[in-house]
Amino acid sequence: MRHPWFLLLLAWLVASAATAGALFIGEVMGMTPCVLCWYQRIFMFPLAIILGLACFAEDRRGAIYALPLALGGVAMALYHTLLVAGVIPKGWIACDAGVSCADQKLEILSGIQIPWLSLAAFVMISILLLAYLRKTSK
Amino acid sequence: MNIKKLTVWTVLGIIVIAFLFGMNKYQRGVQKSQEQKAAEQDSRLVRMHSPVFGPQNAKVTIVEFFDPACEACRAFYPFVKDLLRQYPNDVRLVLRYAPFHQGSSEVVKILDAAKRQGNLLPVLEAVLQAQPQWATHHGSPRLEVAYQAAEAAGLDLQKALNDAQTPQAEAMLKQEVEDLTSLEVKKTPTFFVNGRTLASFGPDQLAALVAEEVGKSRK
Repeated sequence: MRHPWFLLLLAWLVASAATAGALFIGEVMGMTPCVLCWYQRIFMFPLAIILGLACFAEDRRGAIYALPLALGGVAMALYHTLLVAGVIPKGWIACDAGVSCADQKLEILSGIQIPWLSLAAFVMISILLLAYLRKTSK
Repeated sequence: MNIKKLTVWTVLGIIVIAFLFGMNKYQRGVQKSQEQKAAEQDSRLVRMHSPVFGPQNAKVTIVEFFDPACEACRAFYPFVKDLLRQYPNDVRLVLRYAPFHQGSSEVVKILDAAKRQGNLLPVLEAVLQAQPQWATHHGSPRLEVAYQAAEAAGLDLQKALNDAQTPQAEAMLKQEVEDLTSLEVKKTPTFFVNGRTLASFGPDQLAALVAEEVGKSRK
């Protein structure tokens, strides 16, 4: 990476792809997101906007504002991944009539689960943002 | 405009186009699979117990999977009724029940009883009219409100409630659910017009599909 701007662009690409994917699963395929997915969406959707603007305006502060969102997303996605993997006992979550978070219904590309993808996306965005901020710090 | 700004716009455009393309492809896939299912097992579209509105020998059959507690079904009702009025000799409506909401099963059984009492139409309209009062998304539905509306429309409620307890009512409901599951009906209302489904959801699309099928049948 000769130019750190590409790190920012890449982070935005990941966030946009994740946002588009989440919207596709929710709105086109009609799967209702569970509560944990909603929290991850809350962290991911603004990233697609903030990072896009930061790229467009070449504004380093955009990456600073985006970082807490990305890290929060890592935490939520990690929790969700561990829950689906059965590491965290399911009894910790009170269930209502809504959609179960632990009972993962959707797998794509032969067995890749959505919470893993979410975790991968948030981790990648965090790493890219940290690298960008390091390279651009005075 | 510098190259970076142009890159951002380009990427944005690609993502939007990819999304729309994927959406179109997915929806076509669903539609095709559903029409194929309907063609393979067309006995599942119309059952002996299914209520029919309009001429029995109409060339065009609209099958509507319908939930009495569903707001979209309620909103669609006047459009469907209009279509029947528009083509009084060509189109008939077959009503199928899709009890997706809590309390829908009980109301469906009452509608089935109303059909046997010979006053399905007024009871159906009264139950739909009162839907906002009895079908709630939070907590349990207020079935007694739906029952009262049905009774006010001329239903012998006691007889209907007795009918609802019979194994026949249970079997009817089971058949409906079995059919809608094999036809991949996941939302209400879902329409089949001579076995064809809507490419995208909406009253105009339904009217266009019906007009097309009527045109074909008149040739």
